[in-house]
Order: sequence, then C-alpha cells, then structure tokens
Amino acid sequence: MSLRKFALAATTALVLTAPAAWAEDLVIAVASEATSMDPHFHNTGNNNQIMRHIYDRLINQGPNQELLPGLAESWGPTDDPNVWEFNLRQGVTFHDGTPFTADDVAFTLGRAGDVPNSPSGFGTYTADIASVEVIDDHTVRIHTDAPVPLMANNLSTISIVSRAHGEGATTEQYNAGDVAIGTGPYRQTEYVPGDRIVMEANPDYWGEAPAWDTVTVRPISSSASRVAALLAGDVDVIANVPTADIAQLEDNPDVSLSQGVSNRVIYLHLDSDREQTPMITAIGGGDIENPLLDQRVREALSLAIDREAIVEEVMEGIAIPAGQLLPEGFFGVSDNIDVPEYDPERAQELLAEAGYGDGFAVTLHGPNDRYINDAAVLQAIAQMFSRIGLETQVDAMPRSVYFGRASDLEFSVMLVGWGSGTGEASSPLRALIATNNPDLGWGASNRGRYSNPEFDAILTEALQTVNDAEREALLAQATEIAMQDIAIIPTHFQVNTWGTRPDLQYIPRTDEYTLAIGVVPAD
Amino acid sequence: MTVFIIRRTLQAVIVLLVMSAIVFLGVFAIGDPVAILISPDATQADIDAAIRNLGLDKPIWEQYLVFLGNALQGNLGDSFVYNEPAIRLILQRMPATLELAVVAVLLSIFVGIPLGMWAGLRPSGVAGKSIMVGSIFGFSLPNFWQGIMLILLFAVILGWLPAFGRGDTAEFLGIRSSLWTLDGWAHIILPAINLALFNTSLVIRLTRASVREVIGLDYVKFARAKGLSRRRVVGVHVMKNIMIPLVTVIGLELASLIAFAVVTETVFAWPGMGKLIIDSIFVLDRPVIVAYMMIIVLMFIAINLIVDILYSVFDPRVRLSDMKR
Repeated sequence: MSLRKFALAATTALVLTAPAAWAEDLVIAVASEATSMDPHFHNTGNNNQIMRHIYDRLINQGPNQELLPGLAESWGPTDDPNVWEFNLRQGVTFHDGTPFTADDVAFTLGRAGDVPNSPSGFGTYTADIASVEVIDDHTVRIHTDAPVPLMANNLSTISIVSRAHGEGATTEQYNAGDVAIGTGPYRQTEYVPGDRIVMEANPDYWGEAPAWDTVTVRPISSSASRVAALLAGDVDVIANVPTADIAQLEDNPDVSLSQGVSNRVIYLHLDSDREQTPMITAIGGGDIENPLLDQRVREALSLAIDREAIVEEVMEGIAIPAGQLLPEGFFGVSDNIDVPEYDPERAQELLAEAGYGDGFAVTLHGPNDRYINDAAVLQAIAQMFSRIGLETQVDAMPRSVYFGRASDLEFSVMLVGWGSGTGEASSPLRALIATNNPDLGWGASNRGRYSNPEFDAILTEALQTVNDAEREALLAQATEIAMQDIAIIPTHFQVNTWGTRPDLQYIPRTDEYTLAIGVVPAD
Repeated sequence: MTVFIIRRTLQAVIVLLVMSAIVFLGVFAIGDPVAILISPDATQADIDAAIRNLGLDKPIWEQYLVFLGNALQGNLGDSFVYNEPAIRLILQRMPATLELAVVAVLLSIFVGIPLGMWAGLRPSGVAGKSIMVGSIFGFSLPNFWQGIMLILLFAVILGWLPAFGRGDTAEFLGIRSSLWTLDGWAHIILPAINLALFNTSLVIRLTRASVREVIGLDYVKFARAKGLSRRRVVGVHVMKNIMIPLVTVIGLELASLIAFAVVTETVFAWPGMGKLIIDSIFVLDRPVIVAYMMIIVLMFIAINLIVDILYSVFDPRVRLSDMKR
C-alpha cells in the first residue's frame, strides 16, 4: 500500500468512525422561535442562532466570541488603513453544489442592510463600507472612508448567501426554503413557523464534519414545559433553564447542566442630564432638582447595592457580580476596576454630603419579561435603596411597554441589560455611555443621557485605532472614566444554563446562542 | 330568515370597523414596536430606517386609513416580524387550533352530558355527588397548573405520551390534520384534556341543572303516565329540552376555545393561533394582532348565527325573524 493510499484510507476511517459514534438526530428546544429564515431580515438572537447552522460568515465567533477564520482564511487592513483585505477559503461549495466565490461576498454585503420591510437589519454592520472590490475569485477588498478597526467584528455577524439564489429573493422565498442556500454545516429542510425548523447535515461541509444527521429546533416558550420536555426525553437539549429549577435539576441523574457567563451585563441607567427628572421627588412629594446630576449621589446608589446578595438570593447563585460592562477576559475590559463593595454607611454619608441626608423619593423602572428574574432584581435593589433612606417604589412592566417609554426618557432610574454583539467593549461604550448623537450613531441606548467630552474623545480615538493592543488600552481607559463617573451602575453579569441529556453537554457561549455544533458528548 | 341574516351581516361590518379602530389605537398606545424589534446595536439612522420600513413614520390616522384601504381589498398587512401577510400566518396556524378545540369540545360533550344527566337523574347518589365535587375541581384548578401536572404525570413520570407539540400530519378528504395519524392523537390527547376540563365541568353542571328542572315538568310526568319507557323519556323528551341552553353555551365555548386557547397552547407548545397572538402581542406585531381580532370577531358572529338557527331546530316555537336582539 502506498503511503498516499494509506493516508486516504485513514482519513476515510476517521470520517466514518469518529462522528458515527454519535451520529443521530438532535432535538433542541429554545425559548423563542426564529421568526424568519431570511438571514438578513431581522438581526435578533433567535434568528441569528439558526442562521449559524445554515450559513457561514467570513469570520466566525467562537464560544467566547473570539474571532475565528470562517469563509475567510485570513484578513486584515492593508497598508492603507481604509482598505481591508479578505483571503477567501478555496474549494467551498454551497448546498446546491455551486462554488463559493468573492462575488457572493460582494452580493451579500449589499443585501445585508437592504432587505425590504426589515424591522432591524444588518445595515448597522455594513454602514461603514464604502465599496467592495472583488480582486479575484478568492480575494475581496473592502474600502471605507475612515479607518474601521471593528470591520472584522462587524463582518462576523453577517451570513454569506449565494448570489445565484439571493439576487432579488424575498424573505418569503427564504422561508419557503428554495433560495435558502448557504455553505454552513447544516441544510435547511423544513420550516414550520411556530412549530419546528429541521436541518440536515451537509456532507460536503468544508470544516469539521457535522456531528448530527438532522437537527430539529423547536420553540417551547413556557420554561416549565421546556424542562418537562427534557425530563420526558422528548428533546435532547434545552436553552434558558430557569434559575429556580437549577438546584433541583443538578441532583437529577437524567439531566446534565452546562453553564457559562454571558456577554450580558445588567445595569441601572440613571438620568444624569436633566435639571428635573420625572420619577424623583422630595419625600412626600414636591419637585426637587435632579439629585442624579451629583456624582456623589450616583456613587451612593452604587454602594447601596449589595451585589453579592442579588447574585446569591435573587439569582440563586447563577450570576456574577459586575463592576463594569463586560466580564473578565473580554477585549477592552479594565483590570483596574473592582466590583464596588457594599457599603450602606458610606452611601448615606455621600448622600448627606450632597445635601440629601433626608433622602428623596424615587421610582425604579424595569421590564418583567426580558432578563433572567428582572423584576425580582429590581425589587431587591429597591429594598437596598430604602435601607439608605430613599423612599423607593418599583414599577416593572412588560417589555412591549417598557422599552418604548425608556427610550422616550420617561424614567429616572431604570434596569436594562446589554449584550455585546461584537464581543468587545466598544459596543456598550458607544451605545450606552457615549454622548447621544444621532448623526454619529452614538449613544442610541444612552437613556440616561450621560455625557462626558473626555470620554467621547478617548472612545473616538479608540474607534480609529487599528492596532489591537492600543485600541484595547484605550477602551479600558474609557471604561475606567465611565465607571469612575458612575455613568451607569452595573449590577451583575448573567450566567446562562443549558440542560442536556446526561450523555451530552453543551459548550456554553457568551453570546447566549444555542448551536448544534456546541452539543458534544459528555466527558 | 333572509332579513335576519342580512341584518346580522350589517351588524358584523360595523363591529369589525369599530373593533379594528380600537385595536389599532390600543396597540399604538401600548408602545413602539420598533423599540422592541430593533437590535440594541442599531444607531439612530437604523432606527429611523426601521420606522420607515414598517410604515410607522406616518401619523396614526393615516396609517389607519391606509390599513382600511388595503383591508377592503382583502389585505390586512404584513407582519412586522415574519414579513408575511398576517392573514396567511393566521390561516397557517388555524388548523392546529381548530383540531385542538374540536377534540376538546367533543370531549366535553361526550363526557359532560352523560355525567351531568346521571347527576341530574340521581342527585343524591354517591356517583352523582362525586361528579358534582369533581366538576368543582375542573372549574377551579388553574389551567396552567393542570397542564403542567398532566405533562408531569403522563409524559415525565409514566412516559406514555409526548410532552409537547403537534404530531405528524396527514391529508385526508383534502384536509391536512394531525387527527389522521396515531402520532397526532398521541400529541393531542393531553392538550385537549387540558383545554376541555373547564368546559366539561361547565357542561356537567349545566346539564344537571337543566335535567333537574325538566324532570319535574308535567310533560315528563305525562310521558311516564302514558307508559313510555324510561329510556325514551330521558333520551328523547328530556334530552331535547335541555339542549337549548347547552347548544348556546357549547357554541360560545367552542368559539372561545378557538380564540383563547392561549394558555394550553403555550404550556404544550402547540403551534396554533393562540400561541401566535400572544407572541405577537409581546412584540406589538400590530398587523397580526388586528387581523387576528378581526377573524375572531367574524367567527364569534358566525357561531352566534349558527346557534340562533339551531334554536329554531330544537324549539319550533322560536322564529328567527322574531329575534331582534
């Protein structure tokens, strides 16, 4: 046997045995269904996680949102910082057998931000692109008007579709499946809205062979029913295990749990801009000047929060106390910031120094159906504020009401969460803390209207710095300024829990996605 | 009869018009769909683009007039989140809800009426009393809890039935339904019981009360005196007379089972209309909410009409033209 032949045989054997050991059908139950099979129609986690099966991106995000080669083998800015070059993988084919080329990239980048009727498109990530230049079948250059250091992060969100099928294709056609042609590890075979999405393995996948013959994703919105479906053996994996059930499930031999910190920070946003703020009055009523303008008051509120207690009591230990915008290990996180210590005495002193020794009356607002235990967290915070002498009330409401009112600046102190889609610190810094400036696209979610020119200057510099190490240092510095000023009060990072059959486990992802490729045999 | 139907149809049009305006304004008052649907990463320019895409940049009265104009041509708008015609989304899911509701109503009829008659004919027996006590549980146990308990018992502990979802469908007589497959029945039993429990109790109590009322009337005594068999007296004479209140209630209950099976559909992840409407309300998907409400109003009107016509069948004294309500 020649060496060459042997090598080939060995590969075949590997391909046949390794995945065959557990090649079977996988059923995943998620909390919210994907509402469309058009990869560019609606930029939302429920949809994006399905698209990660069917499509590839130029650059992939690993379990910790680290950037990994996808359809591009290598990438980076050229000598001209306004031009990025992407070297595409060769020999990749779409599900219909046609080859993937640079032209498909050019087409995709045009379509991503331009889907009719889209309630939230991907234009956010392609807006910086001035033009796409196809050098040859496997080289693409992207031109911008100014340096865009986040180009790679931005493109890691965009599913690459085939021009041959995608040209002129409508969302309905993607839902029907006839144009839903990608290069991903699984192929779309069935989409029944509200019931199931079925995908089958793509035998010609360029990467590691898909481990499952078919993957079925089914929405079960009631968390009790989701847990029951796993216990009954009707599904193999469930997402969003409710914290109240975790202690009990840990003792159950029929279930295995996988946990991982998410990129989502839960925080209080404070109205720190207006002279008078709608939800704060003197005790017993009567208008007062907005106390949140005073940095000492903001600090007092932060010190009044017992983050350990929130984590232990409200979140049942399934969360991590937060002192900044992203958990340890993410790009742009500062090493110099500690989680603020619970210190009600100091908080009262600060209030007295600021002239609010007698306290004031405040109503806290938050959603009751958006984040894990959101309303309970808000209740706990209200009690902690009462302890330092503030007359505190809670008004929790459905998110359909809440977010619109929050963006209309109707609240003074509000609980919100933020997950960094790009997996680095500039996303929350730019959206939550930068001065609200619609023209620049900054501060779109800065519902407290905090504004600090020094912070803005550093962030501007960071977002023009292509060198990763320098940019990371600038982002950390910007974070330090924001936390020093108490622009917002982070309370905790969410930890997500997946439940699986006992012989499986899930590789937790910080972006909270539930992906079939993350389901692996238990060790 | 014809006049009666025409008058009802006119009323229906007015109700639809008023209802669509209320829902339209109601959703507008609740909140801003874009604030929920937009990706948090979006810039103000993206938000503005989304508002334009969904047609929310126009004043509300103009949006409503555009909606009415399209509605006259049979187009109730495209869903914000699915980007498909709202009507199609609802009709896609209607079969799942209809089969669930029909099975549940049949259950409540075929379980409720015999039990209710038994309890009415032998009110002081042990069985009769047990039936009445049981029906109190059916009334008072929360639907959600019942559902979870059914899943826990039959799916998790006993493992007899699937825990959630709709089974395989097949086509028969041109209708695609999961009722034509065994897998479909395995899936539908638990949610149907869950949905039927309340109504079964209602039917039991109603039947019992009617039987108690009718059984003492002169015509029953006369029938007995005439020497008719007990079976004939109960099965024909009593039965026919207790049907009028039952038909009214069952008809309306069928409508409300179809329209508001939300809890059961959520607990059992049943892909029906109730699930769709609750998801749509959460994200303020106005076209779907409005279209759904219009379909439901139409359905209630139609079922009421059928119930009225059935009255005249069961009770020849009733003349439809007299019913001006």
